[in-house]
Amino acid sequence: MKREVFIERVLLFLALSSIGSLLLITIFIFLEGVPLIAHAGLKKFLLTSHWAPTKGHFGILAMIISSILVTLGAMVLGVPLGLACAISLAEFSPERVKTLLKPTLELLAGIPSVVYGFLGVIWLVPLIRDYLGGPGLSLLAGSVILGIMILPTIISISIDALSAVPDLYRDGSIALGATNWQTVRRVVLPAARSGIITAVILGMGRAIGETMAVIMVAGNALKIPTSVLDPVRTLTSNIALELAYATGRHREALFATGIVLFVIIMILNFTASAITRRR
Amino acid sequence: MSNQDIFRSARHLKPALFYRAGRPAVLCLFLGCLCGLVLAGCWRGPDSPGAVRAITIAGSTSVQPFAEKLAEEYMRRHSEVRIDIQGGGSSAGIYAAQQGVADLGASSRELVKAEKELMEIPIAYDGIAIIVNKDNPLENLSLEQIRQIYQGKITDWAELGLPSHSIHLITREEGSGTRNAFEELAMGKEAYITPAALVQDSNGSVREIVANDPHALGYISMGLVEPRVRAIAVDGVLPTRENVKNHSYKLVRRFLLVTQELKPGPCQDFVNFILSPKGQSLLETEGLVGVAD
Repeated sequence: MKREVFIERVLLFLALSSIGSLLLITIFIFLEGVPLIAHAGLKKFLLTSHWAPTKGHFGILAMIISSILVTLGAMVLGVPLGLACAISLAEFSPERVKTLLKPTLELLAGIPSVVYGFLGVIWLVPLIRDYLGGPGLSLLAGSVILGIMILPTIISISIDALSAVPDLYRDGSIALGATNWQTVRRVVLPAARSGIITAVILGMGRAIGETMAVIMVAGNALKIPTSVLDPVRTLTSNIALELAYATGRHREALFATGIVLFVIIMILNFTASAITRRR
Repeated sequence: MSNQDIFRSARHLKPALFYRAGRPAVLCLFLGCLCGLVLAGCWRGPDSPGAVRAITIAGSTSVQPFAEKLAEEYMRRHSEVRIDIQGGGSSAGIYAAQQGVADLGASSRELVKAEKELMEIPIAYDGIAIIVNKDNPLENLSLEQIRQIYQGKITDWAELGLPSHSIHLITREEGSGTRNAFEELAMGKEAYITPAALVQDSNGSVREIVANDPHALGYISMGLVEPRVRAIAVDGVLPTRENVKNHSYKLVRRFLLVTQELKPGPCQDFVNFILSPKGQSLLETEGLVGVAD
């Protein structure tokens, strides 16, 4: 019994240490970034778009807008594709196809983002430049690459949500004379709604936090985009691009960018878990 | 296990983790460790004494790859000396030299007034080349035209006498040594580079984009120009070795080593090696232009 208590405590300690590292990271980011926000003024920091940190201008509005637009673009592409894939796999595919395809899709999540970025640069960017115009490195390129990258997240969580719907629902619906598609659309999808929304929000979190691939294909210009072919810089790209040489206020400004990102992702995650819990 | 299951089981765990009796001891231990970690992070140990004959060089990331090449060659000849080369940027390097933390600071910018008490040793010139795609017929730009392009006042190739198409302008990220030098040499102190310019974080990726995009214009270190891109003349002067040496090419920065005083010993010897014909020719094969005449 003594031994069991001991093991329990050790496990508890280990569990707390993971929470502790999150805590430490949070404290660190805020300690480093808050002085700059105080220095520049929150309003000026968030609502102006003149970013020249070595010359004393710290406005990240253009990057906030770009981050949101790139993420929305990725959702427009990734959600319908991912959802269609999940429905087809969970509801209409024979078991053997499903056992083959689902791990394959999850493998897609294991491809490093730099590979996606590289593919984007050598394949997607020239395509956009030659057929649609502009420099190719653009909001559109970023959205397409991210749209593909979030597919595994959306598909696998949606499949789990759909398979969690009891077969009784399906049997009941079919017994009432509904077709397979009517059953899926009117019964299964509404029943799995919260899980699917969670999938979408977690996909959104992945898209907004992705860095490497976006730096490579989005062009990183500091302007608020006026067309999908304009180059954009997201919040994450900003940090990774300038991190190497940043000192003093410039470095603080990058941490402050991190705070904004942190808050956005926290909100997304809380929304996701709140929706799941409400079920 | 589905996502919901994860959330659900996490909720069951909570009471077990936090509310059962007998936990304060563990919590205290945990918090103690946390404090320990924080303290350990804040406390900086004294600089390790290291080998007797060690040279520390810190500073510009533009100089770093060349300094590494030189150090490698020097250490091959003098196996008793160890040379540590760190990045950090020109300002950090100059600061390290002022504080005596590094034996030599590497800088790719000129010293400002407050830093002038340091001894400066120019080791090489680096030209910044304005590059275009090899299919682009552009031959020459004046410094004023370059300034206007990067200020966003000229945005179309038609204004430069070529078929009309928007210029795909590429610059480096804020803080980069090459950008810094370009801003000082071409843009003047107060000029801002247009926010519409694409930003890339290395000479290599700027070159890659220009090589693939016939409408692109960018700037990179002269030594890194490849046949896939073409360096154009600035005010009628091409960025060649001779033109850099006789100061007719305008976009040139100096690579400096700075120090409080050059102590006799390995440090002095290494500097001598860099300035010797062998060291200078090593820099020239890497694409820089030597300081010796």
